[in-house]
Amino acid sequence: MLALNVWKRNAMVWRKHFKASIIGNLGEPFLFLIAMGYGLGKTMPVVANMSYLEFIAPGLAASAVMFSAALETTYGSYTRLATQKTYEAILMTPVSVYDLALGEMFWGATKGLISGLIMIALFPLFGIQPSLWTFFIPFLLFLEGMIFAACGVIMTAIAQSYEFFNYFMTLFINPLFLFSGILFPMDSLHPALKVVFMVLPLSHAVQLYRGLTYGRTGDWWLHLLVLASYAVFLVLIASRLLKRRLIK
Amino acid sequence: MKPEADALHDAAVLLEIRGLRKAFGERVAVSGLDFAVRKGECLGLLGPNGAGKTTTIHMLLGLVTPLSGDIYFFGVNAARRLSELKKRIGVTPQTDNLDPDLTAMENLTVYASYFGIDYKTASARAEELLDFFALKNRRNEIISAFSGGQRRRLLIARALINNPDLLILDEPTIGLDPQARRLIWDCLEMLRRNGTTMLLTSHYMEEVSRLATQVLILDGGKAVAYGVPDALVQRHVGREVYEIRGSREHLAGLRPLLASCKADFETGQDVLRIFVRETCPELDALVLEQSHVTRRPAGLEDLFLRLTGSELKEN
Repeated sequence: MLALNVWKRNAMVWRKHFKASIIGNLGEPFLFLIAMGYGLGKTMPVVANMSYLEFIAPGLAASAVMFSAALETTYGSYTRLATQKTYEAILMTPVSVYDLALGEMFWGATKGLISGLIMIALFPLFGIQPSLWTFFIPFLLFLEGMIFAACGVIMTAIAQSYEFFNYFMTLFINPLFLFSGILFPMDSLHPALKVVFMVLPLSHAVQLYRGLTYGRTGDWWLHLLVLASYAVFLVLIASRLLKRRLIK
Repeated sequence: MKPEADALHDAAVLLEIRGLRKAFGERVAVSGLDFAVRKGECLGLLGPNGAGKTTTIHMLLGLVTPLSGDIYFFGVNAARRLSELKKRIGVTPQTDNLDPDLTAMENLTVYASYFGIDYKTASARAEELLDFFALKNRRNEIISAFSGGQRRRLLIARALINNPDLLILDEPTIGLDPQARRLIWDCLEMLRRNGTTMLLTSHYMEEVSRLATQVLILDGGKAVAYGVPDALVQRHVGREVYEIRGSREHLAGLRPLLASCKADFETGQDVLRIFVRETCPELDALVLEQSHVTRRPAGLEDLFLRLTGSELKEN
């Protein structure tokens, strides 16, 4: 499958900047957990029967996936599309536009997976003892990664400049991070706002990871169904839009 | 437009396009183009900027969808199975789209992977190509430090990584200095002599003269001439070109003296160009009296300028 060769190309380039890339993946959530979990968390009451640090940690894994995947397929993909003309080079070969779109999204999801895994690997360092259910999380990280990688590709397909991504980051990604029940329970939101963020995908990833991390699996199938539906739907839209952008 | 008489008829047709059209909104880019490339030939698509050369190439590759018309590679309609057909085609694009973070070698092997070529075959082929294009000693360097000529050579090497039956070159030496250009021409000539079939777009006459066995002149999305370069020059321009310089009045005075010559005339700002089809004694006599005269064989550039009409014409 030629989509995998697009993935491999991106992985090869990424390996060259491995150290700088990993510092970004590792440093940010690490500092965040320290500041929010230890610093702010000390002054916070128990949330949903767990310490504040325990409460936010799984959600931070979800947000790490989202940021990584979305950044890769906006700034990263747009560079390949517009600046380096890599897509044009690839489309002169037997690789089809759908192979290319899928390869890019697989890669974005992989970057998300890496960030999420690093985050989860840090849990024991902060005194969190994950349940055995946690072993299911990596597959879900990749699925969540596909969702946000597809969102990024959609933006790239309609972007005319890098500045355009400010809309996406400020009006979509950042609100998702702030209001999807990562930093505080969604019950604190205005009911209308709560509905909006309950429908959007990130809150489902957050609840799913939190449930699995602490062995309270609850409505896992509902969250999984929502995430899978989003992934399929968005991947199809993203492929279509990228084709429209690249084939005149 | 049918190729004029002298075209080869026996060789296998590797590429044929019929009635190809494309418009972007109101702007017509290509309006009804027909041509064929036979095995071993090099067809030069020659045209001013905006004539539709790159649009045509992009239609061949499926990057631009034609409004109408058919494209056949190796006798197979490209509308179906284009991916499969592209396995046998190599392309050097006009814009440099090499991977700036990769080495020369990696650029080639990664590109080979898009064709589904396994790494071992790809790296052996890449070594050969780097050697052929004089890039062997820089094989493991990141290409961002390469000169324009080296990058272009690598782009051509990349187009050959799949051992293509047809090589498409879109302005292969654009923006290069004369030395770098010559080195590329030498390489391309060698490939052509070894039987590589090429489709070349260019607006450098010297490039097309050196490489093309057939030429198609494109203007405003239409073919204005198609055939063997020398024959086209003979037919549309003539054998020789005289350029006489002087004031407008002086040059206007010369015209009536040459009325009996079988030639075309073109008046520029301070120059009279005479395109001679047959020897003309009046002209030979006249030339002896003029102080600023150049005389040269007619070439593609004359053909190009005459047909694409970028100068005042009169007959």
